[in-house]
Amino acid sequence: MTHILIHILLVLLMPPLLLGVIGKTKAFFAGRVGAPYLQPYYDIWKLMRKGSVFSETTTWLFRAGPIVTLSVAVTASLLIPLGNHSAPFSFAGDMILFAYLFGLARFFTVAAALDTGSSFEGMGGAREATFSCLAEPTLFFALVVLARLSGSLSLSTMLTGSITTLWPDSAPSLILLAGSLFIILLAENCRVPFDDPNTHLELTMIHEVMVLDHSGPAFGYILYGAAMKLFVLGAFFLHIAFPFKAGDPFLDWGVFIIAMLLLAVVIGIVESIMARLRMVRIPQILVASTILAAFALVLVLR
Amino acid sequence: MKNAKTFHNGASLPLADIPRMDSHDFLQGIIDATDNGWRLSSLFGIPEGNETTLYAILSYKVGGLLGVASTTVGEAFPSITPLCPQAHLFEREIAEECGVLPQDHPWLKPVRFQRPFVKGKDAWGRKDAEGILPGVTDFFRVEGEEVHEVAVGPVHAGVIEPGHFRFQCHGEHVFHLEISLGYQHRGIEAGAAGGPHPKTLFQMETVAGDTTIGHNQAYCMVLEALSGTGVPAKGEALRGIALELERLANHTGDLGAIAGDVAFLPTASYCGRIRGDFLNMTALLCGSRFGRGLVRPGGTGFDCTRQQVDELLSRIAKARADLTGAVEILWESASSMSRFENTGKVSPETARQLGLVGPAARACGLARDVRHDHPFGIYRMSQIPVVTAQAGDVHSRALVRWLEAQKSLDFLDEQLRQLPGGPHRTEVRSLAGERLAVAMTEGWRGEICHAAITDQAGRFVRYKIVDPSFHNWQGLAMALRDEQISDFPLCNKSFNLSYCGYDL
Repeated sequence: MTHILIHILLVLLMPPLLLGVIGKTKAFFAGRVGAPYLQPYYDIWKLMRKGSVFSETTTWLFRAGPIVTLSVAVTASLLIPLGNHSAPFSFAGDMILFAYLFGLARFFTVAAALDTGSSFEGMGGAREATFSCLAEPTLFFALVVLARLSGSLSLSTMLTGSITTLWPDSAPSLILLAGSLFIILLAENCRVPFDDPNTHLELTMIHEVMVLDHSGPAFGYILYGAAMKLFVLGAFFLHIAFPFKAGDPFLDWGVFIIAMLLLAVVIGIVESIMARLRMVRIPQILVASTILAAFALVLVLR
Repeated sequence: MKNAKTFHNGASLPLADIPRMDSHDFLQGIIDATDNGWRLSSLFGIPEGNETTLYAILSYKVGGLLGVASTTVGEAFPSITPLCPQAHLFEREIAEECGVLPQDHPWLKPVRFQRPFVKGKDAWGRKDAEGILPGVTDFFRVEGEEVHEVAVGPVHAGVIEPGHFRFQCHGEHVFHLEISLGYQHRGIEAGAAGGPHPKTLFQMETVAGDTTIGHNQAYCMVLEALSGTGVPAKGEALRGIALELERLANHTGDLGAIAGDVAFLPTASYCGRIRGDFLNMTALLCGSRFGRGLVRPGGTGFDCTRQQVDELLSRIAKARADLTGAVEILWESASSMSRFENTGKVSPETARQLGLVGPAARACGLARDVRHDHPFGIYRMSQIPVVTAQAGDVHSRALVRWLEAQKSLDFLDEQLRQLPGGPHRTEVRSLAGERLAVAMTEGWRGEICHAAITDQAGRFVRYKIVDPSFHNWQGLAMALRDEQISDFPLCNKSFNLSYCGYDL
């Protein structure tokens, strides 16, 4: 019960901090002081207190977009085990639900973007749909590899139980998986080199351009939901790349939190030393990540 | 141009010396001259009753020649744009301002959505009572089931000047970009008519706020040419120093902004700061970061003491080291280079036809630089090498900026060490009447051309300004052909053109 409470608290409170850490890392590389670590919390709080403007041409879909995105992120966060602790909810086959929850969120984000009738948001929706089609196989290959290795179809058993013991035997396939999942982590969360969350150039953005018309609390939900998605996918990635077990349940929580913060620093470093890819190159990188994951599957099937 | 009167940059000549041709010879002369390597630096009209006098100012880099000719036309004249694309915007401008129709112009639209100079003489037959809204006009359209149109601006997601851009796209692929400006038209040329007024000087400093020195130097050169004033050596040197500091500040800012557009953070943030360092050096000279009040008719508004020179030299050395570090990590970043190379290409042929100027032209391999081709002020004594690149893409435009910045730093070092003594300013006498004066300077965006025609009393009948952006916006539109729409912001930054310099 305590652990479930800790799980829920972490999931609700920690995600914006990751954005703060990424921002601070980028500021360090740019030779700036940077915004405070807690800036994303202030931003979300500021948006929550604001009024909203809704275009008269939009329908309920436009208003549903942010709410669905956030609720989906919260639901997914209850399915993913954190660190060495099982998730509050788990059942056989929850991995499929996990993968398609994000599909549902994406459908609503794209539909809300198309609902505005703006040509930018249409472009953003087209880009998001194209790139996510290419990113989805990777996630499934990864899940199939893990299911095969662990002999389970539930995320909790799959990710918490055996990965430490699997590393010595299945290192090649796990390394391939970690590589491809890191690419997916950056792509799905619209980080550099795939998308630039800081730019305000309506023609180059992917995710940000789809939410241009949202304002106030609705935009706050979107920011919060995006941070939570980063948190959830980051936790998933850490299970494979950093399956460390302290033994003590509370120490495990500490290790998990530190590992998440380090992951944020790594993402910040990648964003600082790389330029954005040309948009026509993005599908190539995503296909490459699928191929890595496919090879991982070949290795475990042999 | 055959039979045209030739002279040099920063000179004035009596109006009686300007050959007055019949309109056929005049237009054919422009076509022949541009075919033979002359450039159309300015083409403008002065409406007088039912007729309009057109003046063409052409420039030829060999021998630093400028040529001028004039003609008189009535209601219309045959458009030369199909044969001489450089004239495209000039002809549209003449139609808008003077109400004279360039017949068979391929794309006759307003330039700035302003009222004609003479009431009721409107090329499009708009009534005086009708409001003229910028951007409300026909746009080029590509038809087809999967073709879509993207309209950007005039209100943008970022804080930039207002401009309207229309893309005809097939998915992410851009077939055509049309740019429509005029949102910042302030009537600077009309305001200068009957002048110089006391406020004209200050208006010239704000033709394009980031080119204060470049435009104001051209204006002061016009006044000096009309009054026959010689600027003391120290004044010329200080003006040169200010012009190069302006170039450095803007080139540095541009390099940072180009890096920022591909999300390459280190160069973006460092260059942002170093740009401020260069602006502060200008502030050290005159108290204004943009050089307001520095260039004044007859010299400069401020002297420069020994301490200021020493301080500037030490700041320049430091800024050079900082800038070198910040820019070199950009060149070493493979991911940035892959974004810059082969993006937004303009062929030398296109650049020549459109008459591009400044870094945008030099990036296409055209060695065009007013400081070199039509030297003025300090550049008559001390030359700056012209830098060119070959590819005509974003990388070339960024590279030209960096190489030019280095040359400017060398020039500043040299000029500050040998700064002449003596006065920095002389009195400007009254302006001579019935004369034409032309002054060209190389602002950081390229060729700035100011031309003034005075009446008997020495007052401006017409003051014509051509900002480099006027030549270059069409280059940006061409750079986007067959590009990805997501690369537009990057291409736009690599040109970094002025909206208000175009809108006047």
